[in-house]
Amino acid sequence: MRYAVRKVLTLLMTMLIVSFLAFLAFELVSGDAAVALLGTNATQERLEALREELGLNRPFMTRYFSWLAGFFTGDLGVSFSYKIPVSGLVGQKIPATLTLSLMSFVLIVAASIPLGMWSVRWEGRKGRVWRTIDAVRTTFNQLFMSIPPFFSGILISWVFGILLRWFQPGGAFPTPAEPGRFLWHLLFPAVAIALPRVAMTVRMLRSTIIFQMNSDYVRTAISRGNDRSNVLWRHVLRNALPPVVAFLAQTMAEVVAGSIVVEQVFGVPGLGRLLLGGISGRDWPVVQSIIVILAFWVVLAGTLGDLVSQRIDPRLRLGGDGE
Amino acid sequence: MKHMSPYFKAGVLLTAVLLVLIIIGQFWTPYDPEAMSSAEKLQAPSAAHWMGTDNFGRDIFSRVIRGAGTTLGIALATVILSCTAGTVIGALTGYFGGRVDAILMRFNDALTAFPSILLGLVFVSVLGGGTWNVILALSIVFTPSFARVTRSAYASVRDANYIKSARLMGAGKVRILTIHILPNIMQVLLPALTIGFNNAVLAEASMSYLGIGSMGSLGYILSDAQSMLYSAPWYALCAGGTIVLMIFGVGLMGEGLQRGEGGRYA
Repeated sequence: MRYAVRKVLTLLMTMLIVSFLAFLAFELVSGDAAVALLGTNATQERLEALREELGLNRPFMTRYFSWLAGFFTGDLGVSFSYKIPVSGLVGQKIPATLTLSLMSFVLIVAASIPLGMWSVRWEGRKGRVWRTIDAVRTTFNQLFMSIPPFFSGILISWVFGILLRWFQPGGAFPTPAEPGRFLWHLLFPAVAIALPRVAMTVRMLRSTIIFQMNSDYVRTAISRGNDRSNVLWRHVLRNALPPVVAFLAQTMAEVVAGSIVVEQVFGVPGLGRLLLGGISGRDWPVVQSIIVILAFWVVLAGTLGDLVSQRIDPRLRLGGDGE
Repeated sequence: MKHMSPYFKAGVLLTAVLLVLIIIGQFWTPYDPEAMSSAEKLQAPSAAHWMGTDNFGRDIFSRVIRGAGTTLGIALATVILSCTAGTVIGALTGYFGGRVDAILMRFNDALTAFPSILLGLVFVSVLGGGTWNVILALSIVFTPSFARVTRSAYASVRDANYIKSARLMGAGKVRILTIHILPNIMQVLLPALTIGFNNAVLAEASMSYLGIGSMGSLGYILSDAQSMLYSAPWYALCAGGTIVLMIFGVGLMGEGLQRGEGGRYA
């Protein structure tokens, strides 16, 4: 419990620092928001009035804290390009990105743990055939790791969209109002994000498992007559999990980065499109908010990973730091 | 290295072939990458056009090779800059330790938790676009991972006997850090370099695919190719395949290095 409290406090501290840095950085590059909203040929009186209205005349720290409070009250400022509240714009786009990220994360976990266990099944057997199988498996693993998510996305939209016509690439993307079609269309980008990441997770899981399998407790368990696959699933997997959980927490973060990119491939109306539009249109209030939201997701994933590790690793539960 | 892993050899071979093609491509390509030809548009791969032509009749092979050069250049510059900066930071913090080390590493941990593409996006949006800004942004992004690897390597040999003897013999700090320790941590630094290079290629290609990186790099070409996925699927396949092969070659080298000398199993 104390561990959890400490982790949550660290999370809040990190978010405070990240949000401050984001606010400071964009404050430095963005210039005058009133000019950005009204255009350069607005009269001095109108600019003054708008600055007053937006609270731009207040000191820096006051503005930072009221902006930060906006994440809880839903007031994130006004978009320069759309002239409407940022919270509305961002809120609309979150469901697609969130669903896409979670879907690919589930796919990664569901595919890589069995694949990883399967890949060590015949580990340690001698002979030419097994060596060849190992080499082929390693090569394919490396090959899949080398595919950038946006390219796997293009491949998938070519094969399933253009050749097989399972969906229409470039067509209007269904809204969450039709959940069935929405999820079906998100499945393709989710697979595109998951594909290289599964390969990385399998490789990671495999080397962790092999490291465990060479330890004394496994030899003892097998020499006492335990079934090999039983030892693998019951003892080895449990011991191999903590580093894998940390890796999966990192994957949670990477999956969001992947969806920002892959959304472009499939035209998914998510945060990625809004962010890129914001960057090219210099719409700093939008960019700032999205970056803080993404940062929050990354830090939250790390904290969740730590909490799960603490549940499954008794050394952490007893107050040590597992090192 | 007495016994080089076959993965390492295969990776070196693949990378060398690509490297030669890319270097030649910077001086000479079969066709002008920008030359349009309405008579030859949307041709499938053939002996005359190895990767076919796009909807302007431009030779795809020439475009891809030229673009791969841009991607490679940015990735190499990024890796050299970030590895140098990271190694200096890692050496100083790992060898001397102390409070600066503790603070820097906390900061490092926070930065490495963020996906490199996201950080790259943030830095480029603050710094502005253009090739040099992309290199600068990605170098900042990748420095922490190198610093982390070298720091732990330096920290682990800090109190080794050969370092103690060097110190007793009166070797200066700089001499110990560079001549005595640095060659000994190559074993961890080299795999880190291959991973860093691949991540740099990936980040650069993703950013230019999204239209905020460098024009003319492979990612940018791929986004162009995607719009012709119906009429010229070979364009996207060849451009994307080249990115995959670049990463694959260096990835195999890394796999070989990690399996170590003579070891067949990881």
